[in-house]
Amino acid sequence: MVSDSPKTEPDANPSPPLPHWPLRVWDLTVAYQQTPVLWDVAFDVPPASLVAVVGPNGAGKSTLLKAIMDLTPRTSGEIQVFGQPFSRQRRRVGYVPQRESVDWDFPVSVLDVVLMGLYREIGWCWPIRKHHQARALEALNQVGIADLAHRQISHLSGGQQQRTFLARALVQQADLYLMDEPFAAVDAATESAIVQQLGQMKQAGKTCVVIHHDLQTVPEYFDHVLLLNMRVVASGPVAQVFTSENLQKTYGGRLTLLEEVTTALRRREKTL
Amino acid sequence: MSLDCGWAIQGLAELGPVAEISGALWRLLTLADYNTRVVILGTALLGCAAGVVGSFTLLRKRALVGDAISHAMLPGLGLAYLLALAMGIEERSWSWLLLGATASSLVGTAAILGMRRWLRISEDAAFGIVLSTFFGAGVALLGVIQSLPSGHAAGLEGLLYGQAASLTWSDMGLIAGAAAAALVVSLLLFKELTLLCFDQQYLSTQGYSLSGLDGILMALVVMIAITGMQAVGLILVIALLIVPAAAARFWTQQIQRQVIIAAGLGAAGCFGGSVISALVPDLPAGAVIILVCTGLFLLSATFGYRQGVLWRLWRRQDWQQALARQHLLRGIYERLEVRTPGEIARAGAEASVTVEELLSLRSWNRRTVERVIERSQRAGLVTRIDGRVWLSKTGWLAARRLVHQHRLWELYLITHADVALQQVDRLADDIEHVLEPAVIEELEEILQQRGALIAECPHRSPESV
Repeated sequence: MVSDSPKTEPDANPSPPLPHWPLRVWDLTVAYQQTPVLWDVAFDVPPASLVAVVGPNGAGKSTLLKAIMDLTPRTSGEIQVFGQPFSRQRRRVGYVPQRESVDWDFPVSVLDVVLMGLYREIGWCWPIRKHHQARALEALNQVGIADLAHRQISHLSGGQQQRTFLARALVQQADLYLMDEPFAAVDAATESAIVQQLGQMKQAGKTCVVIHHDLQTVPEYFDHVLLLNMRVVASGPVAQVFTSENLQKTYGGRLTLLEEVTTALRRREKTL
Repeated sequence: MSLDCGWAIQGLAELGPVAEISGALWRLLTLADYNTRVVILGTALLGCAAGVVGSFTLLRKRALVGDAISHAMLPGLGLAYLLALAMGIEERSWSWLLLGATASSLVGTAAILGMRRWLRISEDAAFGIVLSTFFGAGVALLGVIQSLPSGHAAGLEGLLYGQAASLTWSDMGLIAGAAAAALVVSLLLFKELTLLCFDQQYLSTQGYSLSGLDGILMALVVMIAITGMQAVGLILVIALLIVPAAAARFWTQQIQRQVIIAAGLGAAGCFGGSVISALVPDLPAGAVIILVCTGLFLLSATFGYRQGVLWRLWRRQDWQQALARQHLLRGIYERLEVRTPGEIARAGAEASVTVEELLSLRSWNRRTVERVIERSQRAGLVTRIDGRVWLSKTGWLAARRLVHQHRLWELYLITHADVALQQVDRLADDIEHVLEPAVIEELEEILQQRGALIAECPHRSPESV
């Protein structure tokens, strides 16, 4: 429980945080052979929020997601998912990995991949049943590729692969979703399908933490942002945190990026 | 090794009449002999289980794990033999030797996992180190055993190359038990093993133990290696794990079928190999089994309908012909479009193009054009009279649709050039199936603005045609 936790609160937010915030991270440090990748990272993710994790290459964004799910050992720090360690809340966390992380020439169909999200629920040694397949189909329907259910995964476009992974996470009916660059190199149709899905998840009270590269679309797609470059530069609502000053701190004055930032800000001003 | 492998018949040289050979073959195939029955059934069951387990190790991209494990058994065999000698146990007791082999292959497996985890050595390097070190130690031990006054290492050397002919009912029971156990375990854990092979990271997030499941898979490999050792020998047993599984990959893209086909091919290879080695004297069963499996692999690689060479060639040709046909239709249409802007003529000489015109359109040579026209005519897409070519009604509709699709795609690639569509087959997929309606609408609008339902190719201005 947070109330009897001796840890200091990570931000000076005057309103006390609810005990069961989807994700709370304190003093997280991850190092690969003495080289720190994440350093004293602390942030909170409020319920029903869409959080963009933004930062330059090598900022530790993927490592952060992996550390949250215990895939990478952490040197120090504590992570709570809905008030408990991740290992006790697995089922409430859906993970959408980078699509390059698997070999798509594997002999399974799209439906088979989505069903993998239900394996834990089905349990060891138990067979897959009709109602599991129906749920997987429903998840595919949500991301708009139900017609591809029986296609071999080797015959998918990049965007379709991404949607398959998203459906696998959706079928789990989790409450917190961690997504590793779902928008990377996907077609326009997939991008808008994912955005639409994110909106629906927020409405249903779910929380999404999404690694995102396209600074221009951050204000459009997300309501919270975590600016990360080994340490947390800033985190909070987009309107307060996504400023050119903070972005400059995150990206360290790289010229091409500054240009992107300016466009992003101009765009944001337009939308506000 | 006292038993000849050609135990079923006395030797081909002595065989006169054909009837005798076919009689012997018949007896083999119907498993009439006690010995034959044992060997053939035992090895077939082994091949079946090896195909199943091998499919998983292949898909886990650890095909060589079996090699390391089987080679790691040798020092265990040697040590068990020496221990037995020292303690005065019957040193060739099969179960005692198996115990030694199992123990040392487990040590080898642990060494591989340990090196990967703590020394951060890449997997293939760890396999190589364990395989060669253990095998070297085993060979050294065999040398020691051979030099002992009481040592007759012949029994041990038989395990290197297999001695299927000397299989007994109790060996067969052991093989059957291990194979059945491997089959049952892989069947019960089918889901989990599939996920392990496909996406180990996701497996971990779901709360499965990665090393636990890898351990189970390795244990299955150990079981196959141990039981396969007596039949095909510990050097060749790796082939049983790899070859049928790799052959099955040519037949299917569905993991359930992959496993079933691999089991079938493994069983067939072992069955065939044992029968042949029983028919022909002096042919060691292990080697023949592997050769038959390889034969099945080559057949699969040639005729397999997923990836087989013949099918790939056929499909490529099919695709090339479809592409050429589309080029022809589009070529004719675009030619007509340039000639009569606005309403395109549908009849008379105005509605036809000459072969020469078509030749100038693309870098086609006359033979290719003639062949494409010929094929399209047979498909009812064009009519050819002398040197002129007309589109048929079907051809006209097809050409119109093709040109339209093509220009939408071109526009899309120009206006949305930053997206990855490398996987889209622009011949097979209709644009409506790949792109969102809104995007297509937007593209259609651009086309409309250019003045026609089917506008010019965006990368070619009208003047240049």
